[in-house]
Amino acid sequence: MEMTGAEITIRCLQEEGVEYLFGYPGGAVLHIYDALFQQEKVKHILVRHEQAAVHAADGYARCSDKVGVALVTSGPGLTNAVTGIATAYMDSIPMVVISGQVPTYAIGEDAFQEVDSVGITRPCVKHNFLIKDVKDIASTIKKAFYLAKSGRPGPVLVDIPKDISAQKTSFVYPASVNIRSYQPPGRGDGQLIRQAAQLLLEAKRPMIYAGGGVVLSDSSAQLTDLVRLLGFPCTNTLMGLGGYPANDKQFVGMLGMHGTYEANMAMQHCDVLVAIGARFDDRVIGNVEHFAQIPRKIIHIDIDPSSIAKRVKVDVPIVGDLKLVLDELLTVLHASRQKPDVADMATWWKQIEEWRVIGGGLRYKNSSEIIKPQFVIETLHKLTGGDAFVTSDVGQHQMWAAQYYKFNHPRRWINSGGLGTMGFGLPAAMGVQLKHPDATVACVTGEGSIQMNIQELSTCRQYHLPIKVLSLNNRYLGMVRQWQEFFHGNRFSESYMDALPDFVKLAEAYGHIGMRIDHPSDVEPAMKEAFARKKDLVFMDFRTDPSENVFPMVPGGKGLSEVVLSEDL
Amino acid sequence: MRHIISLLMENEAGALSRVAGLFSARGYNIESLTVAPTEEATLSRMTIVTSGSDAVIEQITKQLNKLIDVVSVMDLSEGDHIERELMLVKVRAEGESREEMKRLADIFRGRILDVSDHTYTIELTGSRVKLDSFIEAIGRDLILETVRTGASGIGRGNRILSL
Repeated sequence: MEMTGAEITIRCLQEEGVEYLFGYPGGAVLHIYDALFQQEKVKHILVRHEQAAVHAADGYARCSDKVGVALVTSGPGLTNAVTGIATAYMDSIPMVVISGQVPTYAIGEDAFQEVDSVGITRPCVKHNFLIKDVKDIASTIKKAFYLAKSGRPGPVLVDIPKDISAQKTSFVYPASVNIRSYQPPGRGDGQLIRQAAQLLLEAKRPMIYAGGGVVLSDSSAQLTDLVRLLGFPCTNTLMGLGGYPANDKQFVGMLGMHGTYEANMAMQHCDVLVAIGARFDDRVIGNVEHFAQIPRKIIHIDIDPSSIAKRVKVDVPIVGDLKLVLDELLTVLHASRQKPDVADMATWWKQIEEWRVIGGGLRYKNSSEIIKPQFVIETLHKLTGGDAFVTSDVGQHQMWAAQYYKFNHPRRWINSGGLGTMGFGLPAAMGVQLKHPDATVACVTGEGSIQMNIQELSTCRQYHLPIKVLSLNNRYLGMVRQWQEFFHGNRFSESYMDALPDFVKLAEAYGHIGMRIDHPSDVEPAMKEAFARKKDLVFMDFRTDPSENVFPMVPGGKGLSEVVLSEDL
Repeated sequence: MRHIISLLMENEAGALSRVAGLFSARGYNIESLTVAPTEEATLSRMTIVTSGSDAVIEQITKQLNKLIDVVSVMDLSEGDHIERELMLVKVRAEGESREEMKRLADIFRGRILDVSDHTYTIELTGSRVKLDSFIEAIGRDLILETVRTGASGIGRGNRILSL
């Protein structure tokens, strides 16, 4: 039986087991929306802005092991989606974005709502396709899902011209994919893995540094086994939080610009460093030259060869699927009669404990007068038992959430780490809540970020998504204000958020519950009340201390040990 | 250092722009880039002449390999290889310089493809260095126009870039 390109597109999504399609209709995708209308398997979530469709698909993918899927129209639909696509690309999130395109005969004629979608997205997708023949739709979508999920994951765009979605052909969904130019890595090199094991066993000051790759490859169990078997300290990057349980005594906290003193010092002073699914980002190791001052052996395990030796020199490069590599490494270590030297480990841990004391842990001076933002996150952690899904936007609140919400499980911390996209938190929370309808989903945001996609409160209303929005409202673009205070002579150029809306009324206008919380003593009761409302979205407008800064801080361009601990030191 | 990178990629629309886009996005140099289909019509062969430190060249080859359409990549300059470039030069050929031009073309094993009262158009093939020396030998004053293809390269002996 012949089907239209649009029907084939939707049928492919069914074949891929797609539950939710996040999108927004428009001229070039009318056929696809028509096909969508005539079936029930794939549920469509109508967002209020295409950026949100992509972030929601992204959130859905991050909190599960599935590919997120979004559908947008040509021209402005696609350009609106670009920020979302770039966000997913920077954090290696598996995603398929289907975009409509003007009819093939109009391409290149500056047609209405035409844009070179493949050209515009090229630098921020893993791969993209422009379909020029209806017969290619099924095989291309099959490839798109395979590419998005395999190897180092990433977003894949499939651009479908309107006439192609109307043409008919027979439907055959390929059972498998073979792309001759693409072979994602599998097992790592056995010899290098044995070499790595030997280095680890002989280390005197070892450090395990694990990033988002651990979460993406679902290798938390392997990482945890490795860390416990060796007795080494472990740190997670912002993207890796939850990859190793934060309540474990071998966890030294997050590292990097706003990481703990002990994590950064151990990173700087270790003699053997194993990087697992992490990429030595500038926000993680700071100044590369400063980092290289102290010699150390580096073992780098990653699925993407181009991540290895990109910013730092590596002694043992292991390219492979993290889960397979870690399994093999564990086998080698278990088989070895040698164990890490007990005395060396004791000395190293003593040093780390000293750094813990010097750093004083993550701390802030609480107040009975004004709400401290850190206190809100601590309360959130307490009331949810560390078991909520927490999405965030970008800025100070993001760092406080990363620092003070102790993530013990992977895929619970959903934030835009690489691109740093304000406006990510609320739409991402929608994807998370749809995937986990009964779970507590908290969106930690600020009064700046939330306004970048606040229209999604309407989507939340339509689909009854009981997200709990915690807005740390300090009337400033806090991180900008902090940098202006530190590096720009207190000249708060355009960082004050004037003319803010009444968020309580705004939440109510969208059909939700709004709360304004001004006093520290009201934080916990308000949050309890909000979380008790299982079926409602509650917008909590916490009026927080505008002068609070994020510490510790490694200033941009500085080395990891050149950290500023806090104002009162 | 100067490197010659050869690659095979799917002969598909937009494949070239993926490579060119990668170089501009990551700030890598391109001295020249040539591309054409191979005997296998689904594959294109590209030769890129670039320069950079060892670390940069390593990243370039890794990033090229990461492109989904790229089938295989080889840094030709890592081993024995042949490099050839084609140049067409239109020169002023009048009076006593007319005979001199002919001689120079012969010395460099160039061929005169087109002759007019005042000009010769000379075809020359060779390494970049040879073509550069020819230009120097003629003298810039007499050159009316040059067009160069950029280098193409191939490994010597058993060094073969294939599927």
